[in-house]
Amino acid sequence: MSIVEFRKVTKTFGEVVVLREVDLSINAGEVVVLIGPSGSGKSTLLRCINALEEINGGDLVVDDISVLSGRSQVRVIRQEAGMVFQQFNLFPQMTALENVAFGPRRVRGLSKAEATEQAKALLQKVGLADRGHHYPSELSGGQQQRVAIARALAVKPKLMLFDEPTSALDPELRHEVLRVMQALAEEGMTMIVVTHEMAFARQVGTRLIFMEDGKISVDGDPATLLKNSENPRLREFLQHVH
Amino acid sequence: MEFDWSVIEDALPALLGGARLTILITVVGLAGGLVVGFLAGLMRAYGNTILNAIAFAYIELIRGTPIVVQVMFIYFALPMLADIRVNPMTAAITAIVVNAGAYIAEIVRGSFLSVHKGLKEAGLALGLPMWKVLVYIIGPVAFRRMIPPLGNQFIVSLKDTSLFIVIGVGELTRQGQEIMAANFRAVEIWTAVAILYLIMTGTLTLILRVTERRMRML
Repeated sequence: MSIVEFRKVTKTFGEVVVLREVDLSINAGEVVVLIGPSGSGKSTLLRCINALEEINGGDLVVDDISVLSGRSQVRVIRQEAGMVFQQFNLFPQMTALENVAFGPRRVRGLSKAEATEQAKALLQKVGLADRGHHYPSELSGGQQQRVAIARALAVKPKLMLFDEPTSALDPELRHEVLRVMQALAEEGMTMIVVTHEMAFARQVGTRLIFMEDGKISVDGDPATLLKNSENPRLREFLQHVH
Repeated sequence: MEFDWSVIEDALPALLGGARLTILITVVGLAGGLVVGFLAGLMRAYGNTILNAIAFAYIELIRGTPIVVQVMFIYFALPMLADIRVNPMTAAITAIVVNAGAYIAEIVRGSFLSVHKGLKEAGLALGLPMWKVLVYIIGPVAFRRMIPPLGNQFIVSLKDTSLFIVIGVGELTRQGQEIMAANFRAVEIWTAVAILYLIMTGTLTLILRVTERRMRML
């Protein structure tokens, strides 16, 4: 049973066509790594899943709910699909703990005590149990991104969307975020990850999708594709990111 | 010419009474102005075309006309147009509400829109409705950015109350004018009036600075 299903999805920004009749089906438990040159539509594809971008054609069904079925249903989709952003986007007026407790309190309606309890456990999980009372501005980029992952997990999503989660980080801070993501994948979380981290794709990914010009041009097993792909454009792309 | 302190001493009770009215008009007027300003500002920033147009028309109408004309309109023209009769105090307070509201609307709009759009997306991505995103996420960040320009507007509005001399409200400037007309001691009276205004605006500045310092600016 697929948890995300694109049916001839088209997305345009004015005159520019970003997604061209994309068909894609993702099953629960998959760790899909999305790669492609800048402007190929990979981030847009991800953002269509939780309806941060509205689709212009076709249909997109997430956990049996169409993104076209109205605002309240879209909110349900967003609760099922947690998102992690390139720029972290932590709430600056809240501590790390408050950031993580925010979703359960305001979205799931938990009491403050329950939400805080849960938030503490999640911060522990991402290795930041001792940073709960720090504000985002007092944390390193890697720590902020781990808090952001915990914040998304706090709403208990069924799948997680990662939009270039390590691109804004210094190389030596990336592995701490990737390690958390790997642990999450090992627990069986369904994940869709836009990234340039080929080592992550190889070790953790169960599926690699290469996008070009608004279309999926290669879709297959990461290890095989990264070793030798028949697609010359993918080969060329991989030479540049390695 | 000799500066005669006894003139000030004699005038002080009346001047303080005027200052009290000035404070009353300012405080009540700004409280209303904040409500109107938030409403109009949010309509401008997030409203649909119709709400946006209504707020835009209101703001342009008020910013494009002098406050003296506005209060004259409320006090003299409204009774003729719509048979709404108001006393000078009500007219003065209404003028501040309407006038400050328009400027505050632009302050509110600007600070809400200045908040990085990633925060809005992060809130929406958690599954929150837009109003909760505004109340819990964007609002608190925007509010901190509003304090300096709001302080500016508060001081301008406080001083604008002096213009209500034209409809006969007994605020500070009017009191000074009346005493001066009786004793012709312009230097003493206007010095005292100016100092009383300075004390009021100074207090306002102090309150704003303390508020600003107590908050983490984001």
